[in-house]
Amino acid sequence: MTAGHSFTLGQTAVVATTARALWLPATQTLCVSDLHLGKAGRIARRGGTMLPPYETLDTLHRLATVIGDLAPKMVICLGDSFDDLDAADELLPDALTTITQLQSGRFWYWIEGNHDAGPIRIGGTHVQSLTHAGLHFRHIATEASSEVSGHYHPKHGINGTGPARPCFVYDANRLIMPAFGTYTGGVKATSPEISGLFGPKAIAVLTGPSAVAVPLKRSPPPRGSRGKFY
Amino acid sequence: MTTLPPSIASWFTARGWSLHPHQTDMLARADAPALLLIAPTGGGKTIAGFLPTLAELATGSHAGLHTLYVSPLKALAADIKRNLRKPVEEAGLPIRIEDRTGDTSYTQKRRQRADPPHILLTTPESLALLTSYEDAPRMFAGLQRVVVDEIHALAESKRGDQLVLALSRLQAIAPDMRRVGLSATVDDPNAIATLLARHPDPCLILHADPGPAPDIAMLVTAEPPPWAGGGAKYSIPAVLDEIKKHKTTLIFHNTRAQAELFFHNLWLANDESLPIGIHHGSLDRTQRDRVEAAMVAGDLRAIVCTGTLDLGIDWGNLDLVIQIGAPKNVKRLVQRIGRANHRYNAPSKALLVPANRFEVVECVAALEAVMAHDLDGDPRGHGPRDVLCQHILIRACSGPFDENDLYHEIKTVGAYASLSRAAFDDCLDFCATGGYALCAYDKWKRLLKRPDGRWQLRDPRAAQRIRMNIGTIQDTDTLKVRLKGNFKPLGEIEEAFAATLTVGDTFLIGGKVVRYEGLREMTVEVSNRATKAPKIATFAGTKFATSTQLSARILQMFAQDSWPQLPAHTADWLQLQRDLSQLPQTGRILVESFPHDDRHYTCFYGFAGRNAQQTLGLLLTQRMEANGLNPLGLVATDYATLVWGLNAVTDPAPLLDPANLRDGLETWLAGNAVMKRTFRGSATIAGLIERNLPQARKSGRQATFSSDILYDTLSKYDPNHLMLRITREEAMRGLVDFGRIEEMLTRTQGAIDHVTLDRISPLAAPMILEMGKVPIAGLGREKLLQDAAAALMGPAA
Repeated sequence: MTAGHSFTLGQTAVVATTARALWLPATQTLCVSDLHLGKAGRIARRGGTMLPPYETLDTLHRLATVIGDLAPKMVICLGDSFDDLDAADELLPDALTTITQLQSGRFWYWIEGNHDAGPIRIGGTHVQSLTHAGLHFRHIATEASSEVSGHYHPKHGINGTGPARPCFVYDANRLIMPAFGTYTGGVKATSPEISGLFGPKAIAVLTGPSAVAVPLKRSPPPRGSRGKFY
Repeated sequence: MTTLPPSIASWFTARGWSLHPHQTDMLARADAPALLLIAPTGGGKTIAGFLPTLAELATGSHAGLHTLYVSPLKALAADIKRNLRKPVEEAGLPIRIEDRTGDTSYTQKRRQRADPPHILLTTPESLALLTSYEDAPRMFAGLQRVVVDEIHALAESKRGDQLVLALSRLQAIAPDMRRVGLSATVDDPNAIATLLARHPDPCLILHADPGPAPDIAMLVTAEPPPWAGGGAKYSIPAVLDEIKKHKTTLIFHNTRAQAELFFHNLWLANDESLPIGIHHGSLDRTQRDRVEAAMVAGDLRAIVCTGTLDLGIDWGNLDLVIQIGAPKNVKRLVQRIGRANHRYNAPSKALLVPANRFEVVECVAALEAVMAHDLDGDPRGHGPRDVLCQHILIRACSGPFDENDLYHEIKTVGAYASLSRAAFDDCLDFCATGGYALCAYDKWKRLLKRPDGRWQLRDPRAAQRIRMNIGTIQDTDTLKVRLKGNFKPLGEIEEAFAATLTVGDTFLIGGKVVRYEGLREMTVEVSNRATKAPKIATFAGTKFATSTQLSARILQMFAQDSWPQLPAHTADWLQLQRDLSQLPQTGRILVESFPHDDRHYTCFYGFAGRNAQQTLGLLLTQRMEANGLNPLGLVATDYATLVWGLNAVTDPAPLLDPANLRDGLETWLAGNAVMKRTFRGSATIAGLIERNLPQARKSGRQATFSSDILYDTLSKYDPNHLMLRITREEAMRGLVDFGRIEEMLTRTQGAIDHVTLDRISPLAAPMILEMGKVPIAGLGREKLLQDAAAALMGPAA
């Protein structure tokens, strides 16, 4: 039993879990997006502040917990797994060992994102996109249907019930995943760059202690506000 | 002994002025390495601070910077420039005077560094920035004197710590620099003297004649104040009458939002169209300048304002000060009152306007304290380490430094005199490597030790980022507001408030109701087409907690048999409370439980101030949650915390057990939002979180992630990290204010009176109406979220 919100995307039954991962029960496939491993290191390298350098371990620990619970046959990392290509090279030995252990005995796909486009030296299969179990997995959403993507780090909240939480957003055609990485912010799911990708019946699934599904009401787009993303 | 040069002396004589005794004293002691003048507002203390400098500069022989004047307010620096230039120009003295604040233009700032004036007027933040430049030693080489104005105000915050750290740097550059502090009347002059002087040098303290007692009273209105709220709208007609009766009135508010609302209502009632202005820190600079200029010119009959006008700006015709809302702090009240009647030896006239029924009690208690000269103040703790970290980074910006030299320099600051070498090394390590147990940044350290043993920035470009984040004022992220199609900004609102606006919403800014039209880049666009009643812009302001001393006076007043000093409506209310329940007492904690609106309410009268009462509420509800009492929310005021939930509290004693409360601070509260905000403040000052980035904040929030995540991560993986140790220390004061909870526990020694009532008590009733209720993020909350979601999904499904 997986804690989460179950629904059907295209013809495929999926579960949006409380832990910000997507679970495909039929094929025992787990999908996570936007891990941004090595983010603190990248910020320091570029002359920024020295943030607590524990986010890579924390992200991997949480991923290990999800993998331990579900024992997937296949894991799909949906892009921006590394904060940049140097970050992938600079991972500490502990982190590399953890990744190797997590990969053992299962298929592992790294889908390229805008942060980590290019070859990396870490094991697993590197692809630009992947079609699996009737769904198309890629980092940034396109016009295609039955699509699972990441990139936008959506978050959503319900007025009067506390702060916004990372969320899944889906409608009949596509699903956008929340960011899994520890040091990842969020963009409001109601902002035009996200809500514009969906039809009027889009649903947001808030993650956290429980997975809570709510209709995503589209707000009128404020003029001239276009976001930039990491 | 320094004497007044003839040109200035004759300028004084021409005006029929003579020096006050304390001004003569200041001249006589001009050579003292450290000198503190305590004088009431309006005592001519700023000129007293400058007289020695004017005398020394009169010969025209000094080249370069002679005197640095530091004040807490930009407005004060501008005001002093006006007031000082006049005698200098009219007496024909060869003295150049300029100011330098965040508002000074880029070209002007560059020129000042190359060719500094004789007298430079500035703020602690601008001074810290000046010391961060490589050319600081050249600029300050000939510095003779630093005058710190309104030093009592700086002493209350980290801005004072930042300033004295900068002074230690200046003293190293200019060993002959003398320090002069100018302070309003304070409870503990020695504490201010210790802050000012170079440790362990002595500091001479001069006292001016305190002047006559103020003429101060509570404004009596036909209509009694309401039960709750802070707007004091009821008092508008009476306040307007007072404005008409006086030449110029200053109307103080405790928060910007209240000032805005009051000004709006005052304007609506202003049937004679009296010239009335508004002034607070969120307004655009040009608008503030205009109000200040109009005030100086005597064109305004009243100004509605906040603490930004608290300090010694010289308004000629001011003859009445009105304080709206309880003053929270007697010392601040006295300083505000002193603003009225800026003539030496004339009593200041002031009126207090309670905003609600409880504040009537507070105002009367404050009046009694003023008459008894009983000022309040909390002892200054030792120098905060987040400010020290920022100082180390600033030092690194100005060039390579030796760690031993820097340590000894910092030890000359009174607040840091007891700083251990280990504590200093911790801060240096934090600045250099991040100070983490996991050494992850070997390659990317911020500071490097050079072969000659001195430290420098690894990447010189980091200097720009550090300079952009100088300062200890914790401002929330704000957005500029401007009229659509108009370039001129109206002011700023908090980003969090802007996020709640949808097109068509209206809010108040600059006393004007405007309509939200949209967000353009990082600017809120508004129009004048306002139709709906305004939302109030929620400026953070400073939520002052009622001081320990004032709280104690209120409790003493409650012990009286009757209250002849209170208006009947308030005395009757207290009597009703005594009849139906009981009044809180100094040595006991009163707890009332009663049902209301299908919920069980419990009110804890701790008299510990708003912040501590809120912390107490969070700790109590956590324990209630653990005990299955299903708390749903709480509201805290300066005197009590009201908690409600699904189940009744039958025995409050274990909830208030000191060991449980302290344990809650260590464990559960560590994960709470107020601790995270405390962390955010310190981490920003220490340079872990950057407020400003070289590229404008275009991408804003979406590209960044919450500092809460940093706090959680650090707590989990590096719980003994310097930033968390600093956060725990900060939690004893400020937002968490656990120190006041400790004071409450010591005062009451476990004496608890639990009163169970069948309905709400008179004293608790206003709390139901209080704003700022805090929801409890517990199981009940998660269920509410699920229910709300289910209701939303209903029609969609």
